[in-house]
Amino acid sequence: MATEVREIVMADAGERDLTKLAEYEAIGGYQALQKARGMTPAAIIDELNASELRGRGGAFFPTGRKWSFVPKPDQNPNPHYLVVNADESEPGSFKDNEIMARVPHRFLEGCLITAHAVDSQNVFIYIRGEYTGPYEVLVGALEELHARADLRGDVTIVLHRGAGAYICGEETALLESLEGKRGQPRTKPPFPAVQGLYASPTVVNNVETMATVPPIITMGGAEYAQLGVPDSRGTRLVSLSGHVANGGNYEIENGVSLRDMIYDLGGGVPGGRQLKAVIPGGSSTSILRYDEIDVGYDFNSLLKLDTAMGSAGVIVLDDRCCMVQLGIRVNEFYEHESCGKCTPCREGTRWMTQILRRLEAGDAEQHELDLLLDVCDRINGKCLCPLGETAAIAVASYVEKFREEFQTHIDEGGCPFGDSSPLHDVLAPVAQHTHHPTATVPA
Amino acid sequence: MSAFYDEVQEIKAQYPDWRSATLPALRLAQEKHGYLSPDALRECAEALGTTPAFCESVASFYDMYHLRPVGRHLVEVCTNVSCALVGAQQVLEGFERELGIRAGETTGDGEVTLRTIECLGGCGWATIVAIDNKYRTHVMPDGVQAIVEGLRNGD
Repeated sequence: MATEVREIVMADAGERDLTKLAEYEAIGGYQALQKARGMTPAAIIDELNASELRGRGGAFFPTGRKWSFVPKPDQNPNPHYLVVNADESEPGSFKDNEIMARVPHRFLEGCLITAHAVDSQNVFIYIRGEYTGPYEVLVGALEELHARADLRGDVTIVLHRGAGAYICGEETALLESLEGKRGQPRTKPPFPAVQGLYASPTVVNNVETMATVPPIITMGGAEYAQLGVPDSRGTRLVSLSGHVANGGNYEIENGVSLRDMIYDLGGGVPGGRQLKAVIPGGSSTSILRYDEIDVGYDFNSLLKLDTAMGSAGVIVLDDRCCMVQLGIRVNEFYEHESCGKCTPCREGTRWMTQILRRLEAGDAEQHELDLLLDVCDRINGKCLCPLGETAAIAVASYVEKFREEFQTHIDEGGCPFGDSSPLHDVLAPVAQHTHHPTATVPA
Repeated sequence: MSAFYDEVQEIKAQYPDWRSATLPALRLAQEKHGYLSPDALRECAEALGTTPAFCESVASFYDMYHLRPVGRHLVEVCTNVSCALVGAQQVLEGFERELGIRAGETTGDGEVTLRTIECLGGCGWATIVAIDNKYRTHVMPDGVQAIVEGLRNGD
């Protein structure tokens, strides 16, 4: 499969300013919505099932099937809600940022089609508080839309800004936050489709998923399913970052080679250095060694290597990077973002940081490496949401794939990379709180 | 009643439940007061029809709400993996030198608060620095001085 950009979600955004309604309509924008409104909700869901679209937020759940779980209006009298998860916060992922900033109308059209498919008149877009740029673009796009009754129909779309919490990307934490509470995950079941926002039937979908819906309605599900590979149909916006020459978002067909993505699209590792490792789907996914990247970028191929596409944030690391330092920095993120509800995650992530820091400093004894993996094990599967688990799985994968490097830290009583690694002594927010408490501001 | 009160009522009307207006109301109160002071929380609670304690319990969960005073400008340097790989720590240290404070502190004149922040979602355009919530991309250590001068000159 050729490694080239294949733009479905981002189509025409390079040539035109698609933040403007007129420009978007000039390329046939909102015609998919008109077509969808002529279809029954069941027919739209059939089309989505035929497209084999799976959620682009990270969990990869079949979108059509998710919609079909929503009770019909005669089965549940409560209003139905569509909640869009625009709380993109996964380290390494910045695709939804660009989708909202550059093709806001395609995204909103997808929301309106989805609202029709699940019998909802209320759409809430939960956008992360830090995304000021995309927020302002969406405000402008919504103003244009509000002036057009023919497009918005009887649907109201509310933009709801988060306030800085990674956990609110977890769908039930997002719903709590949208209800005005601390963003702590709920127990499942009941699932949001049955009892979501205000205990009413709710569909929660990712931004990219929404922006993929209009092209599917336009081209038809069967044709969309021609793209990509089995179980991973269509295109995907991949975010390339770290040690690549050309970082950025690239829309590719699912299944292209990870190596070609990094070297052809990303321009390879800069500075003449060697590739050491790749985090394939945001920091929550297991790492791949440099010799494991001849793999298709799709669900099944990555699953065979015990990792995942996640939210498609590909982080490239060159040979200067220390894997213990990587473990510290990644884990400190999860320690900081743990909501504190479940003990294994709240306490376990902190213990992991402590053990990793002892390893890095050369203070760790042999048994502490196993202790680290033991702590990981005691987080896995024991919490309400996957936050702590992803930290445990990610860090355990660094140990598994680079065990000899962890062993060297013990044998040599310190870090063989030291400050030549770019991850050396990076100040994370969680450490900042500990070491430099906020100073008082003079009056 | 105040303009703040009226604005919160408008926000409440967008939702089936008043409680959903909590986050937007806290944001507005913070914009008005500079940070979520006891007075700000009281005003927020009054407009929402709840207690200051509830407002504080929600605010304390989120990184973007400040329960203590911050400088007039907020400089946030992302030090997550992708930014760190291309030199975020050096950028952070550049700000510490230029401003004469450590991360987590505020300058003596109360002008600038500097802090690290977790992934801002601009990894391919690292290092990302948010100045008063607006992103600067591809920030390099040698670009820090100009940014700080800009802040001091009120740009």
